[in-house]
Amino acid sequence: MDSLSQNGEGKLSVTEDGSSSSKNSNLNVCNVCLGILQDFCEKEFIKKVCQKVEASGFEFTNLVLSVSFPPQLSVREHAAWLLVKQEMGKQSLSLGRNDIVQLKEAYKWITHPLFSEELGVPIDGKSLFEVSVVFAHPETVEDCHFLRAICPECFKPAKNKQSVFTRMAVMKALNKIKEEDFRKQFPCPPDSPKAVCTVLEIECAHGAVFVAGRYNKYSRNLPQTPWIIDGERKLESSVEELISDHLLKVFKAESFNFSSSGREDVDVRTLGNGRPFAIELVNPHRVHFTSQEIKELQQKINNSSNKIQVRDLQLVTREAIGHMKEGEEEKTKTYSALIWTNKAIQRKDIEFLDDIKDLKIDQKTPLRVLHRRPLAVRTRIIHSMETRYVDEHHFRLSLKTQAGTYIKEFVHGDFGRTKPNIGSLMEVTADILELDVEVNHFIVEMPVYTLSSTKIMLLKH
Amino acid sequence: MVGVGRRSLRETEELRACAHRVSRATSRKDDLLLGPPEEVSRSRRAGFAALDVAMTTEPEDPVAPLAAEPAVPSLVDRYFTRWYKADVKGKPSEDHCILQHSNRICVITLAGSHPVLQSGKTIKSISYQISTNCSRLQNKVSGKFKRGAQFLTELAPLCKIYCSDGEEYTISSCVRGRLMEVNENILHKPSILQEKPSTEGYIAVVLPKFEESRSITEGLLTQKEYEEVVLKRLKATTATSQGARTEVE
Repeated sequence: MDSLSQNGEGKLSVTEDGSSSSKNSNLNVCNVCLGILQDFCEKEFIKKVCQKVEASGFEFTNLVLSVSFPPQLSVREHAAWLLVKQEMGKQSLSLGRNDIVQLKEAYKWITHPLFSEELGVPIDGKSLFEVSVVFAHPETVEDCHFLRAICPECFKPAKNKQSVFTRMAVMKALNKIKEEDFRKQFPCPPDSPKAVCTVLEIECAHGAVFVAGRYNKYSRNLPQTPWIIDGERKLESSVEELISDHLLKVFKAESFNFSSSGREDVDVRTLGNGRPFAIELVNPHRVHFTSQEIKELQQKINNSSNKIQVRDLQLVTREAIGHMKEGEEEKTKTYSALIWTNKAIQRKDIEFLDDIKDLKIDQKTPLRVLHRRPLAVRTRIIHSMETRYVDEHHFRLSLKTQAGTYIKEFVHGDFGRTKPNIGSLMEVTADILELDVEVNHFIVEMPVYTLSSTKIMLLKH
Repeated sequence: MVGVGRRSLRETEELRACAHRVSRATSRKDDLLLGPPEEVSRSRRAGFAALDVAMTTEPEDPVAPLAAEPAVPSLVDRYFTRWYKADVKGKPSEDHCILQHSNRICVITLAGSHPVLQSGKTIKSISYQISTNCSRLQNKVSGKFKRGAQFLTELAPLCKIYCSDGEEYTISSCVRGRLMEVNENILHKPSILQEKPSTEGYIAVVLPKFEESRSITEGLLTQKEYEEVVLKRLKATTATSQGARTEVE
């Protein structure tokens, strides 16, 4: 294995001396590929990997193979290239770096068809299902170290890395280093190792899938995310858990990330078409669902709780999430509040509110969020209001406001820090007893399906 | 008899406490699912009926503010805990009330027993210039972490209140922390301080250090303890005046 032969295409190949058993300790280990093309291209090894893949329980229709070689292998490849270039030069032939087949490429050429055959699925570079094999060769770990002396800037320590000698860093240094310097420090051809590479890990993972929908919230006692202080849960459950727990189970995912287009307080109901949400399911084991199965999943979620209801549940792409947060066709929010007044009121006392259009209000950061937001004054516009008299101390108020308006503070005035407010406009002390928000958010990428299976409670008349 | 024809502080406190207790008893449970609006007002009225019973003990006095107390706890009662400091800086009856929000922010206000809130007192002006170099109005905070705020100790002065009878009162912080803001509304209209001392008439907003958010209340009185202090004070005054009368007789 000390000699290298070349064929007419400039392909690097290694000649073996006839022994075939990979378990034979007398086998001479290749000084370039460190045994990878010797032991780890055989059907036996592929079968072992595939057994692990099948045992992992993932559902997949294609896969991408990701292979990780020890960094010192790049150094040996570099040495081999220099040697071949030299030989070619003697024959007045020039050889570029790209004329050489990379070891990783060769490995994949050999193993891809073997994996395909064993697992019965094609290899696809764009597949979300990844099988990764990591090799290591502890014996030659120090092969790379000489590079640090010559190109120290390539090997800066970073927080996450265990060793500075990553494949990226080594490749960078090899591109920089001059041939003479390299040859001075590293034997060309390289020394023969005693043992072949070891397999550090064989892992499978599936890229995240995304499920989107719209939710209505009918409880006045439910936070959007779990409410936990000092390890103690303050309120039972949450919107995200009531929806995501079912998805987590069905998709057999490791974890989830819940996001929505805005959110509401614990004690506020969400009516209308519902608030758009998207859930990223991390490392799902099951990913293929028919639209019927998704419908059944939505029904299951809706049957399990009357605090929330979900509609338009659908699988979406990652790009759809961006659209949910920003670009929208039409987004309107109407609020409905039940207001209490300290002074007795008559119908005529609230009529003037119906006529106010585009009222400008100044809101200092509400005291209830001041601990986590900067202190500032925000100008907001109340576009229109509609009143409905209930009794001497109560009336219902519907409002259409600019995004980001604190409704509760507009009603009670927040110690006079929101001006004007309902109390100041009516010259009474006012308080808000109930609040509902009606969200009607139409997103092109997220169609609205029929209303039939969901209960829509409209507080408005 | 003390306070004939005019409700004494003690009686006011008792009635307020009574209304408070009634409002707690009738306050709605958390989950208000569905339900037409009529149901809501019916339960409110039930609460009011109970209050009416309490009111009948003082028929001749106008009860307009108390009769309208909501069956659901007020804004202050819902989010804040009331803490008190009596006789601040040793000055008799200069009681302060600190409203501590569940998110640890404190609103400094005057307690009902403070001389400025007694009937007959007129405020001439309020000033936030507490020394030649320091005005609370100059306080500027920036960012989420409220950098640049003036740091206050318990005895730090917040403002000075000048009354038409020549009396001058200094309001102190009572809690350690960063000054968020002082109430500029009472500068322009000092009467707000007397009309709504617990809400629109607040003095300042202070943000205690996160580590100290529990310990700041250690030196303060609870609502109950404060009421006892006021009661004791009242008994002492009554005793003195009765003693004086006996002497005269």
